[in-house]
Amino acid sequence: MVLTFTDSGIYCPAADAHIDPWRPVPRALVTHGHADHARPGMGAYLATEAAAPVLRHRLGDIALDTVSYGQTITMGGAQISYHPAGHVPGSAQIRVEVDGEVWVVSGDYKTVADGLSTPFEPVACHAFVTESTFGLPIYTWPDQAALAAEINGWWAATAAEGRTCVLGCYSLGKAQRVMAMLDPSIGPILTHGAIEGTNAVLRAQGLPLPDTVQVTPATAIADYPGAMVIAPPSALNSTWMRRFGAVSTGIASGWMRLRGVRRRRAADRGFVISDHADWDGLNDAVKATGAERIFVTHGYRQQFAHWLTEQGYDAGIVTTDYGGESLDEPTEETAP
Amino acid sequence: MKRFAALFTKLDQTTKTSVKVAAMAEYFRDAPEPDRLWCAALLSGRRPRRVITTTKLREWAAERAGIPLWLFEECYPVVGDLSETIALVLPPNTREDDASLSETITALRKLDKADEETRKAAILDAWDRFGPTERFVFNKLLTGGWRMGVSQKLMTRALSQATGIEEAELTHRLMGSWTPDSVTWESLIAAPDPGADLSRPYPFYLAYQLEDAPEDLGETSDWLAERKWDGIRGQLILRGGEHHLWSRGEELITDRFPELARAKDFLPDGTVIDGEVLAYTDGAPLPFARLQPRIGRKTVPKKLQAEAPVILMAYDLLEWQGEDIRDRPLSDRRGLLAEAVGALPPDAAIRLSPRVEADTWDGLAHARAISRDVGAEGLMLKRLAAPYLAGRKKGDWWKWKVDPLTIDAVMIYAQSGSGRRATLYTDFTFAVWKGNDLVPFTKAYSGLTDAEFREITAWVRKNTLERFGPVRAVRPEHVFEIAFEGIQQSPRHKSGVSLRFPRMARWRKDKPVSEANTLQDLQEMLNQYG
Ligand SMILES: [Zn+2]
Ligand SMILES: [Zn+2]
Repeated sequence: MVLTFTDSGIYCPAADAHIDPWRPVPRALVTHGHADHARPGMGAYLATEAAAPVLRHRLGDIALDTVSYGQTITMGGAQISYHPAGHVPGSAQIRVEVDGEVWVVSGDYKTVADGLSTPFEPVACHAFVTESTFGLPIYTWPDQAALAAEINGWWAATAAEGRTCVLGCYSLGKAQRVMAMLDPSIGPILTHGAIEGTNAVLRAQGLPLPDTVQVTPATAIADYPGAMVIAPPSALNSTWMRRFGAVSTGIASGWMRLRGVRRRRAADRGFVISDHADWDGLNDAVKATGAERIFVTHGYRQQFAHWLTEQGYDAGIVTTDYGGESLDEPTEETAP
Repeated sequence: MKRFAALFTKLDQTTKTSVKVAAMAEYFRDAPEPDRLWCAALLSGRRPRRVITTTKLREWAAERAGIPLWLFEECYPVVGDLSETIALVLPPNTREDDASLSETITALRKLDKADEETRKAAILDAWDRFGPTERFVFNKLLTGGWRMGVSQKLMTRALSQATGIEEAELTHRLMGSWTPDSVTWESLIAAPDPGADLSRPYPFYLAYQLEDAPEDLGETSDWLAERKWDGIRGQLILRGGEHHLWSRGEELITDRFPELARAKDFLPDGTVIDGEVLAYTDGAPLPFARLQPRIGRKTVPKKLQAEAPVILMAYDLLEWQGEDIRDRPLSDRRGLLAEAVGALPPDAAIRLSPRVEADTWDGLAHARAISRDVGAEGLMLKRLAAPYLAGRKKGDWWKWKVDPLTIDAVMIYAQSGSGRRATLYTDFTFAVWKGNDLVPFTKAYSGLTDAEFREITAWVRKNTLERFGPVRAVRPEHVFEIAFEGIQQSPRHKSGVSLRFPRMARWRKDKPVSEANTLQDLQEMLNQYG
């Protein structure tokens, strides 16, 4: 086996390294900087150059080596390379080749370009380990231009009523993607501290983000009429909101596709925008790899694997400890 | 459909009542009259007849989406709503449609007579012509309509804003047995002929539960106290030589209770009485359980009628000698009511609900305490100076119920809710001890806070012992205090009892499962109150 599935993570015996491990191991190959994939306590880390600043920002002083997309490195008996996953800036699929057999671990991915992340590239392989966060046919995403129009329309209408928009977005990836979709001529863009931290890191990498103002205890909302505030979803239900007075709230997440979830979150608006592949994206990605063996991990594993089996693949499910697209951000990210 | 779908979106995107009312008022002002009428019909629970089974809809939707039926069925519990599941799995529409709400419904109803091929073609065609929200709304119409999260009260308020007609008056106009086929916007709302529908009931006046001390209500002499009888609330109408009986749910139930047919031999035409239909023999009411078999039946076999004969326990007089007297004070109405029904022979099947006499609140509290013994649920307190209002209003009418019965029980099964609550475990089965076994005896699905539902949901996920379809058997670890209003014998239940209005009163985190109640305890309650 090129890769095995252990209770610490996905393991490559030939390289003696784990991919996105959730327990401390000597050597971790990390797909991207989200908390459920890049965890503290590993002996050494290997990630893409573009993912490195966020990893350092989140995990502090770690032993981190970097590779660029497509660069092949030899690790023991394995050839390892990282390929764009289109999930968030710097995110990668990891390709592992041992004795001519190629396996690819997708990490998290989406197949449509978001304007910020390097777009997803299918990688030919024999076996593909795919996520399935949104692996049911009810999850299909509207296109980004329509979404941008919808969000900006909401913003303009709310601003015209003299109220402030507060939009809940996951702070690494989603928030920046949404900011890049905003029309800054409508009003100022304010950010929660958890998001501005990531913004600063990504701006330093040269990603084009609009101007933002971080909300601090000294911020007076009256100075920013018609503002759009970008915050982690968890902040929407906290006392942090009080400073904004009359608001209209929104949440940007793939889960907003479901009316029941939208209503339970009690936000005024839900925008269907995800950094994970939708049903069609997952199916296209699996097909494009040309792989015969598919391992389905975090998400609707059972259902998606069953479906793939019916489509003629040799598909099975794998248990991992990844969180998928969470509506409630891990606490470490909301800390200042 | 576009306008109606846009209304739905507006209602769905806000939690603010004022915004919802404004959106509906705009619709009632601007939409074509047949659409307004249909909108009022849907929002008052008048459903279009179902012309296609949900089984067929599932099959066709899966087929159109290019997925196997099992995968569709996997999606359904995740979404929690069939209409939405269908709308989500279908491919994007390729065409547009400008048909109005009423035109769409009319086209749908024509399918009633069509063969299956025609129906299928029509539905697939419609799905391809509607955008996502219209599709969802269309599916809701297909599966029987719904209230779009808006109460009839809110709809009536919007109608009032749009027409300038008073809310209470509109509530009255909207009652009765009308359908969009039997009336027009003009004849129902704008300019109704008062004689057009002789069976039309008045809106029921509903009481709030008394939460504060009764002393806060002032002098007892300002109030009428009577028993809160445990039957079904009904309104008896005698007009045009006919009698009609309406339930509080606006259902015409005349034929279910033939005992009341003789009322017109004893009371004049132009009489409307508000009361409680009770099973009643030998001068005393029978438990609700005895009335229950009669509620579900459209007609009554002689035997059942003999076993559980009913009367109307009269609370109030709303119309007398053809005149609407709801504006007069209760003291007047009660006086007239007592004259009219106070001395009727037993075969009139109408009785005056007796006043509970006491000079002090303490005296009334004692009377309330014996409620269960006389077959009542508590007391009703009604202000003697008050008119008969429409709907649930605070201030003049209060129900002062006896405290519920309670029992501590162990949660053994959990099931997720539907719709909005589809992602939470909200439906639970509870058990009591019988020796070393846990015997299930009731389900309950309300009473916890959202935070508690989230907490128990997380726990259920980690503590599932076994799955039976959507139901999970969970580790028997949590005790809940179950509150209920009554208990009755039930051979259909393993425990031999069934409860009325069971709900979770408290999560007893302080109690180990060993201290939950026993089947013996339930049986004792049954002997005492059943
Ligand atoms: Zn991720
Ligand atoms: Zn993930």
